[in-house]
Amino acid sequence: MLIEVQQAHFDPGERLNRLHADHLGVGAVVGFVGYVRDYNEGDPVSGMWLEHYPGMTEKALTGIVEQAQTRWPLLDVQVLHRVGQLEPGEPIVFVGVASAHRQAAFEANAFIMDYLKTRAPFWKREATPDGERWVDARDSDEVALSRWKTD
Amino acid sequence: MIELQFFARYRDVLGSSGEQLMWTPELGTLEDLRQLLLARGEAWQVLAEPRLMCARNQELCTLDEPLADGDEIAFFPPVTGG
Repeated sequence: MLIEVQQAHFDPGERLNRLHADHLGVGAVVGFVGYVRDYNEGDPVSGMWLEHYPGMTEKALTGIVEQAQTRWPLLDVQVLHRVGQLEPGEPIVFVGVASAHRQAAFEANAFIMDYLKTRAPFWKREATPDGERWVDARDSDEVALSRWKTD
Repeated sequence: MIELQFFARYRDVLGSSGEQLMWTPELGTLEDLRQLLLARGEAWQVLAEPRLMCARNQELCTLDEPLADGDEIAFFPPVTGG
């Protein structure tokens, strides 16, 4: 498992390739990359500031990945989330999951992203022509999370 | 002592990223702490938002979570990462 929170840019392709390089038992790698869009809620967006809760962020991401590891047979998981100033078109987040077979990798990746969106302490503030504003959480993210509840 | 932290929009509204607060036995839960803060005045009503999130010692919790001396407590709006 690798959890990274950083300001620096990263190369999603390099991240994806790294996930099978060390494990010849890996038959499937699923990668998710989230990018900064140049619009939101109907307004142009010229940039974004990502705030987080240092210390808790890393713990929360580790806990989410550990939950995924108890549900699916995973060979490796890597999560990278950027913070600070980001421009449209830049990658924000990478979640890569390696497994022997595709189904576990697909499902675990979606599980990790759904929990990250609703449980990891990150906040986006975006710059629009009318000024800066904090991005509102979407109800649809909580709905997405509910599909993983087992009880 | 309670190490109190606010993030994102709440920090902006309150004009503070946090403070140290004396713990007393009356502060039995996070809800007790929140009520104490709400009584401070108008800006603090941001902590009355129904979707408020909170963490005790860097773990998400609910407002009925017990509070103990030395805890790090954070209040923040719904998260929007990813």
